[in-house]
Amino acid sequence: MSAAAREKDIALRMTLRLESLSWEQRRKLTGLLFVLPTVLFVTVFFIIPLAMTVFMSFHDWPLIGEQSWIGTTNYTELAKDRQYLKSLDFTFRYTILVTPPIFILGFILASLVRHNIRFIGIFRTIFFLPVVIGLGVSSLLWIWMLDQRVGIFNKILLDLHLIAKPQLFLAKPTTAMNVIILSVVWKTVGFTMILLLAGLQSIPDELYESADVDGAGYFRKLLYITLPLMRRTIALALILSVIGSVLAFDQFYIITRGGPRNSTISIVYWIFNNSFTYWKMGYGAAMSIVLLGILVALTSVQYYVLRERY
Amino acid sequence: MTAAPLRERPAGISGLTQQQKRRIRRQALLAIKYFLLTVLAILFLFPIAWSLLNSLKVPSEALAIPPTYLPTRIVFDSYTKLTSFGNYGVVGHVGNSAIVALMTVFGSLVLSTLGGYGFARFNFPGKNALFIMVLSTLMIPFQSILIPLFVMLVRFELNDTLVGLALVYITFQLPFGIFLMRNSFLAVPREIEEAALLDGCSSLSLLYRMMLRLVLPGIVTVAIYAFINSWNEFLAALIFMSDQDKFTLPVFLTLVRSGIYGTVDWGALQAGIIVAIFPCLVVFLLLQRYYINGLIGGAVNN
Repeated sequence: MSAAAREKDIALRMTLRLESLSWEQRRKLTGLLFVLPTVLFVTVFFIIPLAMTVFMSFHDWPLIGEQSWIGTTNYTELAKDRQYLKSLDFTFRYTILVTPPIFILGFILASLVRHNIRFIGIFRTIFFLPVVIGLGVSSLLWIWMLDQRVGIFNKILLDLHLIAKPQLFLAKPTTAMNVIILSVVWKTVGFTMILLLAGLQSIPDELYESADVDGAGYFRKLLYITLPLMRRTIALALILSVIGSVLAFDQFYIITRGGPRNSTISIVYWIFNNSFTYWKMGYGAAMSIVLLGILVALTSVQYYVLRERY
Repeated sequence: MTAAPLRERPAGISGLTQQQKRRIRRQALLAIKYFLLTVLAILFLFPIAWSLLNSLKVPSEALAIPPTYLPTRIVFDSYTKLTSFGNYGVVGHVGNSAIVALMTVFGSLVLSTLGGYGFARFNFPGKNALFIMVLSTLMIPFQSILIPLFVMLVRFELNDTLVGLALVYITFQLPFGIFLMRNSFLAVPREIEEAALLDGCSSLSLLYRMMLRLVLPGIVTVAIYAFINSWNEFLAALIFMSDQDKFTLPVFLTLVRSGIYGTVDWGALQAGIIVAIFPCLVVFLLLQRYYINGLIGGAVNN
């Protein structure tokens, strides 16, 4: 049988087999075929890499040369790696410092744009705009605004006579942290605003009206109506913001470059340095596993909180 | 006779009726609200606006110490200068970003539509397990599996290729896309499909001919997210590309900023930033409703 004839034969048999399937079975097969590409992608680019991260974390894995099994050495090294511990500490400190301003400003913005008064759509859009800009690009924008010589911040502060001479905002760990927080708040607060706005708008107006009748002031209404009813939305906004902060990289890589004196190296930054600058990929994998543990813990909290309502 | 009108229409603000007082109070509060909103809006727009202004300055003015607030003359020199950086100039890197973004949009649309339809309308063994597997991608951000992804791409010789980067981006768009498309398909009444199936329409042509139009809002949302996320992504693009000619726009801009092409040209950097921001702003401003719906639907429900 020629190759062509054989192919034809196989094709014919397959069609026959397909046609001999019941309608029910064909539906099952079709459904599987529809989800197959997605399942393949997720397997190849997610499940396998996930398993490989675990595997690699027990190896000495340089870019070039032999990989060798070294057991838990990477993990014991981690406990002794002072910069790693410093990065963990820094990332948590950053997360604790950046979360409240994002949340509070987000809440204020959401309250301000809550009601559909004239032009409110324009304001909502403006507050949300920075969210669609990439964090990398916004970091580049901020580093220039913060520059000692060509930056606008120094210019404005000098012209307002608030400072006597141009400041090096990125030279001191505390000011570096503060300006990074400022840039991240600007970039991400619109996201929190929209989440909280959706939560606010789902509270029925009647509740406030009856509170008005009872003579309740703004803060009483906030405390007894708004906050309790928005528990779930608030938890979601906080957790998403925390997860984003734990994964912070772009702003430190671009704005501070980890400085001054390695004081702003986040977890992801340190993983990046070890894996793709020093090419200690096994070691980087071990750090990734720790990061993964932290994130799974955080998302579990998220799912737990969100499940509550149903 | 003099006492009565005094009681009815007393002079001054204290004489206003309760209702009038309340109205004045409301007006005053509204004025304060608009004032606050305007101040905040100016602060929020300031970085973008100032970047735009700086990109339009004469290059020497963009480097002035101390800086000027407004350009003395509006020119596009910084943009033309940017085209001569590196081997390809900004155009090549915008091209890289655009190719990766388009591949990501196309890939995520095809996969999420097919997958979303499969999960919404068919019953097959292992369906729930597979669905959970896809959604579990959301629990583990890609930052923690970048190392093996890099090793794999190197092994398949896909590092330093735009396709390799797009494949990774598509994967990380999938949970959101599948989730959203599945919900979109579930919202379509079943009767429509049943009628078509009885008429002998195949599943694929049914999806293509009828369902796509019905789930268009979901498709638009998936496309916007795929576009904006892949256009903006920085870390993976930084790691997977080592050939400078293949850099996407944000990574290229860090080179401009580091002064690798000579002294740091701030005007050119601003021009690059505006080029990087522009498509996202346009897409968002035109399709805002879909973007916000996706954000709320995706974040609150998954």
